[in-house]
Amino acid sequence: MIDKEEETHNTRDVVFQVRDLTKIYKMGEVEVHALRGADLELYSGEIVVFLGPSGSGKSTLLNILGGLDTATSGSVSYRGKDLTNASEQELTEYRRYHVGFVFQFYNLIPSLTARENVEVVTEIAENPMVPEDALAIVGLTERLDHFPAQLSGGEQQRVAIARAISKNPEVLLCDEPTGALDSKTGIVVLEALERINRELGTATAIITHNADIAGMADRVIYLSNGIISEVKTNTVKKAPGELKW
Amino acid sequence: MKGQVFAITLVVMSGVATFIMFISTMDSLNLTRNTFYRDYGFADVFVNLKRAPESLKEKLKNVPGVNQVETRVSAYVKLDIGGFNEPVTARILSIPDDGKPLLNRLYIRKGRLADPAKDNEVVINENFAMAHGFGPGDQFAAVINGKWKKLTITGIALSPEFVLLMRPDAISPDFKRFGILWMGRKALSKSYNMDGAFNDVVLTLYPDAKLSDVLAELDNIVERYGGFGAYGRKDQISHRMLNEEFRQLQKSSKIFPTIFICVAAFLLNVVMSRTINTQREQIAALKAFGYNNTDVGIHYAKLVILILFAGLVLGIAGGIWFGKMLGAIYMEVYRFPYLIYILHNWVIIAAILISIASALAGTLHSLWRAARQQPAEAMRPEPPARYRVTLIEKIGIGRWLTQPSRIILRNIERKPVRTFLSILGIAAACATMISSGFFKDSVAYMINVQFILSQKEDMTVSFAEPTSRRAIYELKGLEGVNSAEPFRTVPARFRFGHRSYKTAINGIEPDSRLHLLLDNDFKPLSLPPSGIVLTDYLGKMLGVKAGDMLTVEVLEGSKPVREILVSALVKQYLGVTGYMDIKALNRIMGEGSAISGAYLATDSMFREKLYQRFVKMARVSGTVVRGDEIRNFNEIQARAMLFFTFIATLMACFISFGVVYNSARIALSERSRELSSLRVLGYTRGEISYILLGELGLLTLIAIPFGFIIGYWLCGYIAQALASDLFRVPLIIELKTYSLSAAVIFVSAAVSSLIVRHKLDHLDLVEVLKTRE
Repeated sequence: MIDKEEETHNTRDVVFQVRDLTKIYKMGEVEVHALRGADLELYSGEIVVFLGPSGSGKSTLLNILGGLDTATSGSVSYRGKDLTNASEQELTEYRRYHVGFVFQFYNLIPSLTARENVEVVTEIAENPMVPEDALAIVGLTERLDHFPAQLSGGEQQRVAIARAISKNPEVLLCDEPTGALDSKTGIVVLEALERINRELGTATAIITHNADIAGMADRVIYLSNGIISEVKTNTVKKAPGELKW
Repeated sequence: MKGQVFAITLVVMSGVATFIMFISTMDSLNLTRNTFYRDYGFADVFVNLKRAPESLKEKLKNVPGVNQVETRVSAYVKLDIGGFNEPVTARILSIPDDGKPLLNRLYIRKGRLADPAKDNEVVINENFAMAHGFGPGDQFAAVINGKWKKLTITGIALSPEFVLLMRPDAISPDFKRFGILWMGRKALSKSYNMDGAFNDVVLTLYPDAKLSDVLAELDNIVERYGGFGAYGRKDQISHRMLNEEFRQLQKSSKIFPTIFICVAAFLLNVVMSRTINTQREQIAALKAFGYNNTDVGIHYAKLVILILFAGLVLGIAGGIWFGKMLGAIYMEVYRFPYLIYILHNWVIIAAILISIASALAGTLHSLWRAARQQPAEAMRPEPPARYRVTLIEKIGIGRWLTQPSRIILRNIERKPVRTFLSILGIAAACATMISSGFFKDSVAYMINVQFILSQKEDMTVSFAEPTSRRAIYELKGLEGVNSAEPFRTVPARFRFGHRSYKTAINGIEPDSRLHLLLDNDFKPLSLPPSGIVLTDYLGKMLGVKAGDMLTVEVLEGSKPVREILVSALVKQYLGVTGYMDIKALNRIMGEGSAISGAYLATDSMFREKLYQRFVKMARVSGTVVRGDEIRNFNEIQARAMLFFTFIATLMACFISFGVVYNSARIALSERSRELSSLRVLGYTRGEISYILLGELGLLTLIAIPFGFIIGYWLCGYIAQALASDLFRVPLIIELKTYSLSAAVIFVSAAVSSLIVRHKLDHLDLVEVLKTRE
């Protein structure tokens, strides 16, 4: 089993390589060790679910992978390029051209319509999709000119996904994408993510504390207390429609 | 909220400081004046006449309503001051031989009174002494009734009669070229052959006396002694100018503080709305614990008052400081022995109450909204804001806009009231700047019209007595005189319907080339052979139009009364006068071809020589040089102007900083999540700054033309409010003033933006993503 895993990975490109990653926050006078030496790789085209309770360090890990935060020690490289010592400007550029983000609370711009929210990204990307196509992938062709206030939570999250993929990113980072949604709507959102991974081959990292979502992943990485406690490879992936919680 | 409280503090401080500055200066000057008037016996009524026997005094005393009477001898003299080669004139007044005037008593600053018997000793007024650096013991010469005489200064004095000293017909006080001399009655009478006689009376009235009746009776009595018309305090030049000054201070004390208080109320409204919005949950919690709406309301009202507190304290302190500074500036021109600075308690209380009331009024709406919320509702996060596609995008330019530009437009449109008020606030700052530049522009314009287009003479020579026209030839013959034109001036009262006004008729040559009358388009207007032409403002005061018949009562000579056709009204910014063809005026006076003086065009090389000549010419009572007059006017104006421009600029900066900075901070707090999201999506700092600061830039850009319009309107209001028979301020605002105002607003907006930009650069991306609005 281990051999097979090694073999599969060796044939694929490494997107992220993380070594001995440590992050210490200073909260007032208390030091919080969010990450205590994490090691991992992320390969192109796979769906990875990071599973762990709150405070386990999964969001910190995702933020560092996404260039939103910097590590206290250790290293992160993206496609062989070191992110650990990247400047503010380099990180901005990295986020701009290579990473797509999906957040728990969607983070749409309330003053822009669904289409315009996608255009926010396509306007500055190097090799973007047509915004309408991105919205079609998440099934929102009918809602192009609606403002966030006119969309349901699930629809808003799908706009956020369309926005994230519209730059044709190498990797999609999703922080609790279904956290604010009911299960039915959550599944629709996960279906969109799965479809994108399948059709576009975008490496997708999903953070969640919902263990049921792990079923749709290629690999599941368990975090607790700032370290990676277990990595599990799913031999059979479930379709999001089969998930239940 | 620290920065915002600071910005509001600045605006509240400005409002309170200007309010206190204007009111305390006005009160202080008023109190000082009243105290000085009371302690030094300022007269109520003034009468000039040709000559009357001292025995007439008893008759004047018996006029019903008259309390005290003092007779004096008064004359205009030419001075010859060593080392100062410009014409100087003075009014010389007698002081009783016992040295103690009953009325208009002197405050002796230095030295002593003149010996009543000595005709070479004088006391001089303080401004004049300071302008020439004179002290007791110094000497200068005067031509007294044609005789050149060396005078010794025995004392420097102030008088309630000359708090503001201005030569009749002058455009502004000129302390170098006009002074007051006091000499003992005995000595002065001898020089003017006034032994046992007088030509000037001052009186006080009983409180219940009716001024108009007393004036009529006095005119009646002195008529056959050559009376020039009695007048009350309100027409006495020094008193008048002070009153005008009080009126201006009073207007200013209303206009400027109002602007500040309104801006402060608006800023508080914005800040409090935001604060209350972010504290919805706390409010709900308080209410869930059983606090009622009043408790919640009082809590926030306390916060408002706390925010106001620093502004009030600083404003009161600043107001006192500025008030004293402004008082000192006034004291340079208005001479009181002392300035009693007073700040009534009610002014402070009013400032506090007005600020608190308007601040609370500004925050009432948000307080009410907070209080009205049901606890359960308040605990839920606010629903996402609703936006629309803006009108501006719909009309077609939408396609060309980037998403950040769209965000700007839609944010502006979503809060139309706040946007409008922000624009109004910045516009008010711009208007304040314009109003300070306006004075400079309009005064320059006024001077230009008055002295470049209209009164082109560079020297005016006045004769002591009406003189034969032949004197013109003598003047023309002097070396350095290029041309000379005669004028005849007589005091007169104009009546139309129930309105009347006392001024003078100026008879000039109908085809004068030195002294032009201008129509509304500033085109020269030729005088008709008969009929009278009035200053436009005089026409307005009397309700007279061209074509009306005006009753003219001449107050000199045989005092003829005539009905004269008003043939035109002329544009004039300084003073009000009637103009006639000199020959027509001579005819009315029945005096042949008499003249009162001449306008001269001279060669500057010979000017000094000419002054010397005129000092020695017995019949010349005074000489005025136009250039000196304008220069002096500018000097006097400049100092006060500098102070007001400084204050106005400071205040305008505070307002625009307050408004722009606050808008930016509120926008930042409302949109930090949105802006962080964009940063996460890969937008650079510059790109997100554009969204926030672009909005402010756009508001500023829109506000500036509004500011120009409001500024123009404000200046128009000020011009109208200040208009009086002494002067009218033309509504002239130069391009320079507009551009300077715009520049000041842009700079202060830019500085505010930079401060906010600094905050923007330190947005904590991770923090913002975790929280839900």
